This record gives sequence, C-alpha cells and structure tokens, in this order.
Amino acid sequence: MLKCDIAIIGGGPAGMAAACAAYDAGVKDVIIFDREDEMGGILRQCIHNGFGLHKLGKELTGPEYAAVYADMVKERGIKVYTNTTVLKLSNDKVITATNTEGILKVKAISVILAMGCRERSRGALNICGTRPAGIYSAGTAQKLINCEGYMVGKKVVILGSGDIGLIMARRMSLEGAKVEAVCEIMSYSGGLTRNIVQCLEDYNIPLYLSTTVAEIHGRERLEGVTIAEVDANRQPIESTKRYIPCDTLLLSCGLIPENELTTGAGIEIDHITSGAVVDQNRQTEIEGVFACGNVLQVHDLVDYVSDEAEIAGKGAAEYVMGKSTKGEVIITKSGNGVRYVLPQRIVKNDEGVSLFLRVTKPFGKVKFTVKSGNEVLVTAIRIKAAPGEMEKLTVKADKMAIAKNEITVELEEV
Amino acid sequence: MNYDIIIAGGGVIGGMVARELSKYKLSVCVLEKQSDVAIGASKANSGIIHGGYDPEPNTLKAKMNSRGVDLLYKVAKELNVPFKQNGSMICAFGKEEEAEVFNLFERGRENGIEEMRIITGDEAREIEPALSEDVSLVLYVPTAGIICPYKLTIAAIGNAMDNGVELIRNFEICDIGKTDSGFVVKSTNGEEVTAKYLINCAGCSSDKVAKMAGDGEFEIIPRAGEYLLLDKAEGSTVSHTIFQVPSANGKGILVTPTADGNLLTGPTAAVVESADNNEITPEGIRTVINLAKRSVPEIQFSKVITSFAGVRSSEKDGDFIIEASKKVEGLVNVAAIDSPGLTSCVAIAEYVTVILKGIGVTLTQKENWNGHRADMEAFNHMSDEKKDEFIKQNPAYGKIVCRCEGITEGEIRAAVRQNPKALDMDAVKRRTRSGMGRCQGGFCSPYVMRIIAEENGIKMEDVTKKGGASKMLVGRI
Repeated sequence: MLKCDIAIIGGGPAGMAAACAAYDAGVKDVIIFDREDEMGGILRQCIHNGFGLHKLGKELTGPEYAAVYADMVKERGIKVYTNTTVLKLSNDKVITATNTEGILKVKAISVILAMGCRERSRGALNICGTRPAGIYSAGTAQKLINCEGYMVGKKVVILGSGDIGLIMARRMSLEGAKVEAVCEIMSYSGGLTRNIVQCLEDYNIPLYLSTTVAEIHGRERLEGVTIAEVDANRQPIESTKRYIPCDTLLLSCGLIPENELTTGAGIEIDHITSGAVVDQNRQTEIEGVFACGNVLQVHDLVDYVSDEAEIAGKGAAEYVMGKSTKGEVIITKSGNGVRYVLPQRIVKNDEGVSLFLRVTKPFGKVKFTVKSGNEVLVTAIRIKAAPGEMEKLTVKADKMAIAKNEITVELEEV
Repeated sequence: MNYDIIIAGGGVIGGMVARELSKYKLSVCVLEKQSDVAIGASKANSGIIHGGYDPEPNTLKAKMNSRGVDLLYKVAKELNVPFKQNGSMICAFGKEEEAEVFNLFERGRENGIEEMRIITGDEAREIEPALSEDVSLVLYVPTAGIICPYKLTIAAIGNAMDNGVELIRNFEICDIGKTDSGFVVKSTNGEEVTAKYLINCAGCSSDKVAKMAGDGEFEIIPRAGEYLLLDKAEGSTVSHTIFQVPSANGKGILVTPTADGNLLTGPTAAVVESADNNEITPEGIRTVINLAKRSVPEIQFSKVITSFAGVRSSEKDGDFIIEASKKVEGLVNVAAIDSPGLTSCVAIAEYVTVILKGIGVTLTQKENWNGHRADMEAFNHMSDEKKDEFIKQNPAYGKIVCRCEGITEGEIRAAVRQNPKALDMDAVKRRTRSGMGRCQGGFCSPYVMRIIAEENGIKMEDVTKKGGASKMLVGRI
C-alpha cells in the first residue's frame, strides 16, 4: 500500500487549489487523483469567459482558469494520478482507486474531498411523457459541444435558469440553434444577473418564470414539449399549457454534490447543502478528512471554490503537522430568511471566522445579523440578496471570543 | 432465408423459447421489430419471481407459475443472471382485506405452493421494520424472488444465438402468407423470411400477428403500468417484496428492492390503446407515491432517479394463451403473457416444445449445446487483488466510464461485442447499467457514444438512443 500525507480526490478547481495551499503551508507529500485525462474538472468544458475576476484579478475562460492552477500544481511538483477513479474511501483514510494499470491503495494521513457535483437528471424531476433522444442535462450538452465538437440539436427548450442553462442558451444560439424558451419553475432565476443579461436578453431568448415543462413528446427523437405555468404548489396549470415544437430539451435544474465516497466513509451529510458537515477549516466529522468546492456546497463562482479549497488545503496541512483542531464547539444555525450557513460548526480558537450562507428567496435591501444568545457579533447591510448569490459574513476574533454554544444568522428586510 | 421455426418477438418469452429450441437440431430465427431485444413489457415490469399463490387454480397461469419458479432459478444460474430469493409479503390493511389473505393462502395451497405462512402485522414488522403500522395480516411467501427482466431476456437470446439461433432486428412484421410448406413472413422494410412453423410471442402485437397468419381468435388488451425507481442509497428500505392484497386491476402497487439494488415502486394499471402508450403521467406518479406509502410510509420519493412505464398484454379471460392454433396449421400462439409471465418464462418455453412435438416437430438434441453464458458481472464480483491482476491483462477494465454504477470501459466493450450485440445507448444501458445510476448518463453518455461508434464502425452522429430516428446528435459544430 502506498502512503502519503495528503490525498486529494478530484483535480478540478477545488482539488488543485487545495493541493497548492497544502503544499504552501508546508506539506509536500500531496497526491491528487483525477478521473479524467487532464486536471481541470468541469472548467475544461466551460469555454466562456467570466472566470477569475475576483480571485486572479483578470477575466479568463474556464480552461484558462484551470490552466493557471494546473501550472501551479506542476510548479510545485505535486503528484497527480490522472485517468484514475477513486472507488472507495474508508473511515481510516485508505483510498482505493483504479486506472489502466490496476487497483491502487493509498493510506493517507489526511484526505481532501473535492469531487464536485452532478446535475439533476430528467428522472429525478419526474417530467411526464415519453422517453425520446434529445434530452440532455445542460452540462452534458456543453461537454458534447465544447469538448467533443458535436451539436446536440437545432431547436431547443431549456428547463431551469441556473447558470449552466443560461450559458448553454447562448452557446446553442452561437452554434446556430434556435433557443425557443428558457423555463424556470420558480418565480425568480437562480442564475447570476450578468448571465441573464448576457446570455438571454442579448440574444432575445424569452425567460418564462413560474413555468415548467409539463410533458415530453416524441417516440424516437424529441418532437416537442408542453410547457405550463405552475401554481403555488409548483403544479402545472392546465389552462396555461402550450406546445412548443423542439428537438432538444436541456435541463439545468440544480446541482447535487457527489458525496457517494463521503457517505461510504460514514461522514454525516447536511441535508440542506447536500455536502458534508464541516468546521471552519472544512474538516468533516472524521478527523483529517476535509471537503471543499462543489462537493461541499454548490458555489456560484469558481473563484469562491478556489478560496474555499485554500481553507481546506491549509487545514489539512495543519492537521498533518499536528496542530490540534479540538476545542469548544459552536454550532451555526439559520434564522429568518437564511437557508443554510456553512461551516455548520466552529471549533473555538483565538481567530475570527467567515460564514457563508444563502438566503431562502430573493429580497430587496436586507440587514443580516449574526448573533450568539443575546450578543450581536456582526451586522451587515446588502442592497439586495438572492438565493443564487452566496453571502459571506466575517465574525472578527474579538467577537468570536464572546460566542457561546450557538451562532444564528438571520436577516430582516429594511 | 428459410428456417424450420420463426419466433415472432424478442421479449422474455420469445427469448426463452429460442433458448429452449436452440437445444435441438432446428434452424430457428427470432424476429424483433425494434433495434434491440427486451424492448416491450420485458424491459419495464416489476422483475418479480412470484410465489404462485395468486393465479386461479388449474389455469395455465397457475401451472406455469408453480412449475416456473424453480426452473427460472435454475436457468438464471446457468445464464449468470443475478437474482435474489428475497421472499414476498402480501399485506392486508384491516379486517376486510384479511379475508383475502386467507383466500390467497388457500389458493396457493391448491396451486401446490407449500412454503407459505400467514403472519401478523407485528411479526411481519419484526422481519421488515419499514412496513406500515396499518398492516394487520401478511401472507409471507419465502420462495418469491427478484430478477432483472431485461438482463434475463438478453442473456436468453444471447445464449440462444451462441447456440445457433439467428436474430433479425428492425423486422416489423406486416404480412404473413401461408403456403403448403409453411409461412412467408414479410417486414415493413421489404424483407422476407420463410419457415415451416411460426411461434407467436409478439407480446402486445400477438393478436395482430395471429390475425395476419389467419387466426383471429383472441384480442390483446394493453395495460400500462408506471413505475418510479429510486437511488441505490434507498435500496435497503425494504428487503422483501411488499404487495398489497390484489384487486381486479392486478397485483397492485408493490415496493421492492431490485436485483441490482435499487428500490422500485409501482405499477399502476391503466388500459391503454396500444403498446406505444408508455408515457409517464401525473396521475400515475401520484398513484404510485400514494399507494406505495400506504405499505411503506418512509419511502424517500425525493430519491427517485427515473420513472418508466411498461405495457403488459392481457386478454379478457385473464389466462395465458399457449396453444397450437386451432385454425392455422403450424402456428403456435404464446400470447397474453402478463403477470406471472416472467416467473413462468422457462416453464412456458418448455411447454411450447411439448406443443411443437404434438404438431409434428422432431426434436433431436444437439450434442454440443452449451446452456451457460459468460458472467458479464464477473469483474464486479472480483476482489481488489483479482481486479488488479485482471486489469493488468485487460487495461480497459481499469477505466471507469459510468461513475455512478462503477462500470468500466472493458465491461462496456465486452457487452457491446457479446450476443446480442448492443447497437445503441439504451442497449448498452440494459446490458451494463452504464447510465442507469443516479446521474442517468449525464457524465458517461459522451464516452458511451464513442465506444458504440468505435465498436460498430459508425460515426458519432449516427449513434442512436434506441435505434430508428432516435439520433443523439445532429452533426458536427
């Protein structure tokens, strides 16, 4: 059995940034496992721009952003196993992986989970009707077009206005397809405002809110979909049904962290984030196992994935170097208007902590309050808040010192 | 081409009949109207090996079911099709339904089913804790089991082909002529095959096939059943197959683990116009959810990974039709095979040979018949050490293509090459489970498309989901 200090599962943006951060914090024996033939993860198929503005101060395409980190990994001489799929993680941090040379077992002192996420499928959405060809998740279509060079369809309806769906509306249009509609079951889009403007409005693609695809038609290739407005229970309203002929339906209906290895190791999953329960260093309930990126919580921007991965990488390095991560535990809770707060628990030390959170629905001007008991630790005003844009609130060290048992984050409209 | 025997229909019945006949010195051909076998009811049913308590005594259903269980377990072993004898529970909710449990028990006795017990709701909950508190009495049938119906069909036809049977796909029968020497069967594509005998295993089309051959004695009533399939993470919600006491519409909504480890709920039962009516409907989904929760309240329907519907072929009298046609010499109808058709498939195939003998077919055993089929899941069952050795010899087995189900490139290529070859995406899915997991092919489909294109020597743009016009791509960018 091989041994290493830190094993990182996944060589996407999270895995690469975590590896570099761990290395820079002093642990040189780091291995990255990646199932594809090259690192970069989903960024490799995201050939549009808009990456890196926050983190790198310049606007890059997905592959360019990935290349920056891949170069950083290479410069540090970090070991990378590409074309290698991790099959299993045990709770004593033994990784079983496979590649064309055989089965590989590695015992790591620390493991960083960076497996990313998958897209919600048609089956999980319970869309009625037939089961023809021409129904793709937006990301699968993106891979076929951008990486394989094949066009998936000519007349397109997109269900879900998540960022990948919006990006694909533009991409399909650029390749000559007609995008007939983007339907969003919610009364607001979960995508970034800039994507709604740049990918839909600029191309005259209609966005229908509170609207879903009620039925799929066609036996062999898709022939059309019935769309309908939805009622308060998100059920299609019969009288609003209308048929749109199309040969392609793209689904952009949410991302699900891929935590099968995580649960296989017995790590507790937060049912709101669908990622592991972690502390401020992104350490899971198993000591020495960390998680970051979209496997932990689905992010809006890759820049924030890199930030989070650096926290996890540094945390893993400190763990390997023997820094204690024990102490008084404070639980974070979601109050009014807040869907979740991450980290879910904080191990008290003499440092401040940044809290990441999402709101439950779109709000106008709001005031966030972070409280512990009756003590207000921090407040912050935002001109607007939406579920599609993650919020960050930082509690300074002196305020953390007075926190006890629980911290609650809530908002009020102001 | 001329054959001794033509089998119309590549479902589980046609497949098992083909395998049975491949034991003998006969030229046999299976005609399948779709691009692959196991496309109709054989791919979309509950996958249950029924205990045999349900059919009316002395019917063909009762005879085939009680004889079929052990035969099916035996053949599944020979074909290396995974199954599990997990036992079934038929649940009564309150006094009125309890009477039906006793009736079923008596009926089962008459059908010769020995290993059955009536247990109380509490006793049942001891061995099946997720069972509803409202279940008051249970007929427990330990011999019942679960099997993957399309894997069984594919294996049966593959094994028949290994033993010399021919399969012609995309052969939709449009005309059957009768001559002195037998049948002339024509397809919508203009192909023609002839044979002395015709065995009609055409499922929902079997009445049409019979009519074309000159026999209009029965009519098929297509009945659609919708299902919801849940993630493997939910597969152990129950360990037994949970039924509710049957009604006029069939055996009702069941909750069962599948042989592959998912959780399956369904089916509904709605009379439809034709076998093409296999849509998922909002009412169907609602019915499945509500009735399944009646048996097992804690099912996590948020973990549904796909829904599907199958159309079963029934007949007004409610029994199987397995007989030599009274009107057309050389025609054998094997029709109206709804539940317990899967359980009965081997017994039916065996019975068909008896009928054939009766109408003058000489059955001479082949010396070199091999009823075993390679274990397609052998790699999956190897220890890590064995896998390591195996990958060193066969590197494609080290490349995971379908991450959700853990399926390797080696397994996919082997499945594509084996009889009956996989020509499209759904065919690969049914043989390997690649694309059948929680992401439903989101990640693996581009890779699988490439493998299909390579293995079959076609362009990526010509890869289909399920044959015909179901192309995955529309061109290069």
